[in-house]
Amino acid sequence: MAEGLQTEVKTNPQGDVITATEAPKAKEKENKAAKQRVVTPEYLFFEAPRTKTFITGSEAAKEAIRRANVDIAISYPITPQSETMQQVGYLYAEGYLKDYYRGEEEYGVMSAVAGASRAGVRALTATAGPGLMRGMEVITSWPGGRMPLLLLVVCRVINAPLAIQPDNVELSYLLNSGVIVFHAENQQDFYDFPLKAYMISEKCEVTLPVAVAVDGFFVTHARGWVELPPDDIKLPPRECYHEAVPMMDNENPPARLSRDAPIQKSNFISYQMHASWQQEIWAAQDRARPWIKKYMGGLIEVVNPGAETMIVASGSAVSQSREAVRQAGEKGDTIGLVKIRSLRPFPTQELIEACRHAKRIIVPEFNCVGWMAKEVRSALFGQTKAEIVPGPRVFGGMSMPTELILEYLYKTPNEARMTTKPLTV
Amino acid sequence: MSLETLRIAPGFESYMPKEYVDLVERGPYGRDVKVSELGTFKEVLEEHPMCAGCAMTLFIRVALIGLPCPEHTVILGTAGCGRLALSQASIPFIYGNYGDTNGVASGLKRGLEIRFPNQTKDVVVMAGDGGLSDIGFSCVMHSWFRKEKFTTVMLDNEVYGNTGGQESGMTNKGMVLKMAPFGKKFEKMDMIGLAKTAGVAYIARLAPTNPTRIANVIRKAVLIAREVGPTYVQAYTSCNIEYAIPTPKVMDDARAVEKDRYGFMEIISDEAKAYLERIEQEKKSKAKAVAGT
Repeated sequence: MAEGLQTEVKTNPQGDVITATEAPKAKEKENKAAKQRVVTPEYLFFEAPRTKTFITGSEAAKEAIRRANVDIAISYPITPQSETMQQVGYLYAEGYLKDYYRGEEEYGVMSAVAGASRAGVRALTATAGPGLMRGMEVITSWPGGRMPLLLLVVCRVINAPLAIQPDNVELSYLLNSGVIVFHAENQQDFYDFPLKAYMISEKCEVTLPVAVAVDGFFVTHARGWVELPPDDIKLPPRECYHEAVPMMDNENPPARLSRDAPIQKSNFISYQMHASWQQEIWAAQDRARPWIKKYMGGLIEVVNPGAETMIVASGSAVSQSREAVRQAGEKGDTIGLVKIRSLRPFPTQELIEACRHAKRIIVPEFNCVGWMAKEVRSALFGQTKAEIVPGPRVFGGMSMPTELILEYLYKTPNEARMTTKPLTV
Repeated sequence: MSLETLRIAPGFESYMPKEYVDLVERGPYGRDVKVSELGTFKEVLEEHPMCAGCAMTLFIRVALIGLPCPEHTVILGTAGCGRLALSQASIPFIYGNYGDTNGVASGLKRGLEIRFPNQTKDVVVMAGDGGLSDIGFSCVMHSWFRKEKFTTVMLDNEVYGNTGGQESGMTNKGMVLKMAPFGKKFEKMDMIGLAKTAGVAYIARLAPTNPTRIANVIRKAVLIAREVGPTYVQAYTSCNIEYAIPTPKVMDDARAVEKDRYGFMEIISDEAKAYLERIEQEKKSKAKAVAGT
């Protein structure tokens, strides 16, 4: 902008007030952040009094990060994630974080948070769809580096033709990375899960990165009720020397991950070394289970246990399913619902138990490939005689009307497709 | 490692390997060592799996002597020959993903500054021409534009040596290498010019013909990166395998290339120059004070 021109208050097409010209004012940078006191995770999660607020998913994430005692956040814009890391930027301006910058692109950003994690500080980033794909080479190396950190994944379309709409196909790529993956259903989860993710990520026996995924727009850009504890309390800081691998800080002998030539060469020692290291990542995932139970109330939540027809879902498909369950209940039918909170580690045992009585299981999803249906089928293989229906599925930005779930509940998929009634999508 | 963690726990002295004891008792930690004292102290890099006559190894070995504070230095590398030697040095080494060095170093340096406000931790990237000018290009350039406070050292052998001799962006035009069957079609990338454009505080270009100069350049680069901003050292470190340089003639080649197109060059910002003068002054007055007592 030319010097001397007066700025004008404008809003962008989404209705947000433009803040590009707004530098943080010194006055606003008062010491609210410095006055925060550290409380135990248990107090913050379960005991602190909570107040109900009506906020967007991005704002819920902001409130989580405000209380998460994060040291450094590294951002990069991509729709629909940008809002989330912008909010974190405001927190930095208010003094809640010690460092924050906009990185070059996702590969550089994912690398930089890895560097920060290796330095021993609590690190944060967030991305969406194509950004996740761009960062994937680095992301898949975090678990091997045993780096505790938090990645928020705001799901959107990744495939061509290009679109920015909600769709969570990207999570299928994340499932075999070794990263712990939670899937938030709503704004409340997108407040709760990030805080709990940090605590689980930094446990000695876990020492792994955690991704908290959420369905973009549906949750991040819509308001919902979120119960928040006061903002003058925060989590304890990261205690990096309590974790499974040493920091690269020159204060202790470093992890020998990349030091010994045999690991990089083709010989039996290197094969054995790499194999045992990989096994250890997945063993660490298993060791996260008790902490997920303790902090998150379990890897799954079950509504109407013992019902003959069960819906199994994660993310915002759960919210739509809850409504379908309610509508079916009005007709006098009891439909069960399993909400999967933790995609990795996957709740295989819990799912077997929850679906023991089921005769029919339907798996609604917001993606084309049906990755959740595949997960459910492989978890229940040989454990149930129930018919597992892979659907309904919507993708490319479509919403999932409860009518669609109800049709799948009452008809076989083919019947649902051949219905003369037009599907309201 | 900081000196505290390097020290041998009481009672274990006689059980530690000779190599380690030497490192503790005669290593370069906690004091200044000079190239002219080579042979009188234990170097942080001795054994390595590099090829016979490798100029890059010579450069790395001498460069490590130049580190002003090896006990508080972390080195980052990426795929390539250099990391095979660097990973054997008794300095913490991060071998990350392909071309991620300057991204990781940005987060690492900032994280260390948060955790250790009263102890300078030096971060040094040492990677090849492919790692920095091709696959890591974006991370390198942006770390410079962001003025990240660490040193980037390019081990420029003008070829992908570790993968078997493919053309890189730093290869000279016309060279016939793998993946350039008709010869390279474009000029060697001007990373020095790009560093200048990005406002790098200290830029040096050199060939490994003068060991004292190597150590001095590295020392300056690391010191300036602490206080002023990013620094960049580009070193010609020939690959005698892929360029078929007779092993006994490796240094002849280095001298010839230096004379022809890789002459010693330093570009230093006024701020960096003032900073160097200041610390030299402080060092001198400190020495005078010690001599006076």
